[in-house]
Amino acid sequence: MIKINPNLCKGCDLCIESCPKQVYTKSKVSNTKGVYLPNPENEDECIKCHLCELMCPDQATYVEDEKND
Amino acid sequence: MDSEINSKENPSLKYLRKDRLPHIFCGGCGNGIILNSFFKGMESAEMDFDNIAMVSGIGCSSRIPGYVKCDSLHTTHGRSLAFATGLKTGNPDLDVVVFTGDGDAAAIGGNHLIHAARRNINLTVICINNNIYGMTGGQISPTSPKGSFGSTAPYGAQDAPFKLAELVTAAGASYVARWTTVNPVQLSNAIKKGLKTDGFSFIEVISQCPTYFGRKNKLRTPVDMIRYFKDSTVVKRKADKMTDEELLGKIIIGEFANNNRGEFTKGICNLSIEECGKPTYKKSAYKL
Repeated sequence: MIKINPNLCKGCDLCIESCPKQVYTKSKVSNTKGVYLPNPENEDECIKCHLCELMCPDQATYVEDEKND
Repeated sequence: MDSEINSKENPSLKYLRKDRLPHIFCGGCGNGIILNSFFKGMESAEMDFDNIAMVSGIGCSSRIPGYVKCDSLHTTHGRSLAFATGLKTGNPDLDVVVFTGDGDAAAIGGNHLIHAARRNINLTVICINNNIYGMTGGQISPTSPKGSFGSTAPYGAQDAPFKLAELVTAAGASYVARWTTVNPVQLSNAIKKGLKTDGFSFIEVISQCPTYFGRKNKLRTPVDMIRYFKDSTVVKRKADKMTDEELLGKIIIGEFANNNRGEFTKGICNLSIEECGKPTYKKSAYKL
């Protein structure tokens, strides 16, 4: 599961650029702060490399690892 | 600890002062990426977070320790290494980390930098080099590449830039590496090695400043800037075989020095034990 914190994201698009599997797309509508949030549209493609967590300058993304049970 | 693992938030957030967030940096600034890499490196080096003290000077990058839940010193411009030297000598058990920018380390504090490296005092210095003075309005800094534009260089910078990693290697530091913000995994490994090295470790990070460097140099968005980094970086092993003309405008990344030699605080401590029979420092002001 991928979560974007809308209070922290500044819409720099670095997660969209750095994702090796093109999981994110840019949303077409801005939120109340005027930020075009990234949208984890192709979430099934995610390989849990956590690169977007490292590349997020605003600590807004969170990728949950699959549970083993 | 379980609640920290189960809480659904970015892994770096547990080390940050959440009431101060979102931080002051512009959208797409590299400082946040370096902060994430630092925490990843710190976790893999198995450092005690409570034993870390951060020191910084003046600049955008020097605002980082204000967002981290640890002891920190925000000092005068360029003097962060002088303050850190005092802190480390006073209490050698602390793990002192210095966050500094290119204006702080290379311009006003250049002499402190080379002499801290010459003494080989056990500090971890993370120099965030964004090639421009971002906080004051985009003036040219000593590390701006030749030909780059800034608000004080409308016809392009005319001088050759400082090569900080090579400079600190020549000054005698124990561990020197240079990475960019597009290599966060390698950067966190370098930070891990730097924290573990017993001696002066200097990690130069080429970072993006889309607001000033990008706007003046036709790299207006953070995505343009990281694509530029991806295109213009050369690994050091490959760069050693290339000529100077081929390396023009390239950023050499990799490990520049990794050697151990005598460390400053240990030398002082040994001298004091030899001459007076006890170490120089004491942790408490009340105990004799």
